[in-house]
Amino acid sequence: MSEKVLMKGNEAIAEAAVRGGCRFFAGYPITPQNEVPEYLSKRLPEVGGTFIQAESEVSAINMIYGAASVGARALTSSSSPGISLKQEGISYIAGAELPCVIINMVRSGPGLGGIQPAQGDYFQAVKGGGHGDYKLIVLAPSTVQEAVDMVYGSFDLSEKYRVPVLILGDGMIGQIMEAVSLPEMRDVSKIKKPDWALDGKGSGSNRKIINSLYIEPDVLEKMNIKLAGIYRQIEENEVKVEEYLTDDATVVITAYGTVGRIAKSAVNILRSKGIKAGLIRPVTLFPFPYFAYEKAASSNNVKKFVTVELSMGQMIEDVKLGVNGKKPVEFFGRSGGNVMSAEDIVDFIISKEV
Amino acid sequence: MQNIIIAGFGGQGVLSLGQFIAYSAMYEGKNVTWLPSYGPEMRGGTANCSVVVSDEPVASPIIAFPDTLIAMNKPSLDKFVDKVKPGGLIIVNSSIIKDKVKRTDVKVCYINANELSLQAGNTKTANIVVLGAFMKQTGLFAKEDVIKSIEKIFAKKPKVIPMNIKAFEIGYEA
Amino acid sequence: MAKVFQKSSFLTDAVLHYCPGCGHGIVHRLVAEALDDIKAQGHVIGIAPVGCAVFAYNYFNCDMIEAAHGRAPSVATAVKRVNPDNIVFAYQGDGDLASIGLCETVHAAARGENVTIVFINNAIYGMTGGQMAPTTLIGQKTTTSPLGRNPAVNGNPIRICELLSTLDGPSYIERVAVYDTPHILSAKKAIRKAFENQVNKKGFSLIEVLCNCPTNWGMTPQQSMDYIKNDMTKIFPLGVFKEV
Repeated sequence: MSEKVLMKGNEAIAEAAVRGGCRFFAGYPITPQNEVPEYLSKRLPEVGGTFIQAESEVSAINMIYGAASVGARALTSSSSPGISLKQEGISYIAGAELPCVIINMVRSGPGLGGIQPAQGDYFQAVKGGGHGDYKLIVLAPSTVQEAVDMVYGSFDLSEKYRVPVLILGDGMIGQIMEAVSLPEMRDVSKIKKPDWALDGKGSGSNRKIINSLYIEPDVLEKMNIKLAGIYRQIEENEVKVEEYLTDDATVVITAYGTVGRIAKSAVNILRSKGIKAGLIRPVTLFPFPYFAYEKAASSNNVKKFVTVELSMGQMIEDVKLGVNGKKPVEFFGRSGGNVMSAEDIVDFIISKEV
Repeated sequence: MQNIIIAGFGGQGVLSLGQFIAYSAMYEGKNVTWLPSYGPEMRGGTANCSVVVSDEPVASPIIAFPDTLIAMNKPSLDKFVDKVKPGGLIIVNSSIIKDKVKRTDVKVCYINANELSLQAGNTKTANIVVLGAFMKQTGLFAKEDVIKSIEKIFAKKPKVIPMNIKAFEIGYEA
Repeated sequence: MAKVFQKSSFLTDAVLHYCPGCGHGIVHRLVAEALDDIKAQGHVIGIAPVGCAVFAYNYFNCDMIEAAHGRAPSVATAVKRVNPDNIVFAYQGDGDLASIGLCETVHAAARGENVTIVFINNAIYGMTGGQMAPTTLIGQKTTTSPLGRNPAVNGNPIRICELLSTLDGPSYIERVAVYDTPHILSAKKAIRKAFENQVNKKGFSLIEVLCNCPTNWGMTPQQSMDYIKNDMTKIFPLGVFKEV
């Protein structure tokens, strides 16, 4: 770990990607993630990588498909409307079992929406987004340091399962500056290219083909069963969750990403007012930490859950699956690009206590 | 913990003033977040940033009630004046804001940042003048340590260091 | 016994799924033989489209990628940038290249990406059953222009070679046809030159091949070849549109 540097989230993420072995980026400008391509347009050529400003998000994600096909550690970045455009390509990448990393600095929607922070893309991120039976590994950083560490390790994670990784941030984490320790630069010459990656040497029986077309139902079903098996493995191995003061909590607040840290402040304020609050912050959204909610819901202390989101209520559906009817689950959300303060969360909870 | 909101017109160095505080905090081994407003709001309109400095890791970077408000123009003062915690501090750029703060439960510091920056040689340093006033009023970091931070921040542009240190000292002594 | 002819090393032994009389088989062979001619064995990556040639990855004996509809130029761009020593080609039809993928086509050309694109123009959507294409001729009947393409309702055909030749990026743009032996031989020459240009790092090359679709045109193979010669070439004149 190096000396701490003060960096904007978007730039820190971009640098972490390069240090994690990223040597290919394609993207299209959209607020609030523009510092990612701007940074990489300068940084990637310095390390012998490729930066392309594509003509559209659609083209960009297909460039990622191409670069991943030949074994490059490929990254794209966008924000909500742009990620919608990328969904076709993401489905193909998932279907062709290609690894890559996708960043969504979520802004408010639907439609052209606004450019301020939001969490309205949760369903799109964890329940599919594109067509077909596939999943992404979805990571939700709450601080710049966590984002840096996640992005740095995301290429290894994606290659391990041959499943794309989606970093689900928001405008806040893209724009915020924090002191971070940057991990050391990976020596890409020592990162082995996957053996399935195309190199042009194929001929006859050793030909390599990247494809998601399986016209025979039985063959495609077999493929889908294989993918489902990989997703089960990911659920077994990769769930991450932060729990804060949940042991004696009567009210469990739950939130992800930047809202998770705002909720943490709310827990502290509530505790100072004598209300035993705790926090469950899913770090991975797929796989989702259902067990943390099952455990808390089974505790005699816990009276209720409060889900806090920058949306009209999306993650709450997974929270309810975890709680499984054992305790009430309330919802507090802001939308349109408005961000709640810790005090807003506190006021909501106190108003419900009375 | 110190929660600071800095607000003004785009172009007044509002965001960079916040960054100076953030850099100083990092060099002093504190935890810090700097969260800017972003988007078209910045272009010619108002800009603001929230800076949280803390001994503990910063949880929420969103400030509902600042300990300190630095208002560089009138709309910013109007927008945030009632949010400042009782007992908190408001620094008013009195070169631009002619009104007085009516609240009596906060400490108010008026500083003619634009005029004072001329003494440093450049009106672009008005935000550094305010940084000086802020450090004096809050005692958040020692004068010498902030000067060291200024030297580090401008390490790649050494020519501008003396001017900025001068502006900082003018603000600190004002 | 002396071997006087053999199949290209760039074709697999898979049986083509194309309809009887279809020109795709001819063009597959031309592409494969052109790759033989430049001795590209061991460093070729091809991109298959969505359309009748969607299974091209079964037929070309090299590493292959199946792209999303219209996106082959973007995939080819990335492959070539990452592996500049590979010969990278995309094989695309008119719906793929000139309709849904027109944006990708124009921008890969404008960037002057050093790839080769073989563009099959048969003026129809073959795979989906004979719908109107961006290159369907005025008056031509398709399942979605049953009375014949009417410009007032259906718009006009797009001439890709003419359009791309206005750009600074491409190094070589030519339109060829495969309706008789002399033209097939010219087509092969053009495709080979497009690959040679890539080897010589000249940048973007596109060869448009006027091709037949007897099934969806409702013609015999011979009639369809005559249709290319007599009707298509009037709207899509053959020739070199750009050469740098």
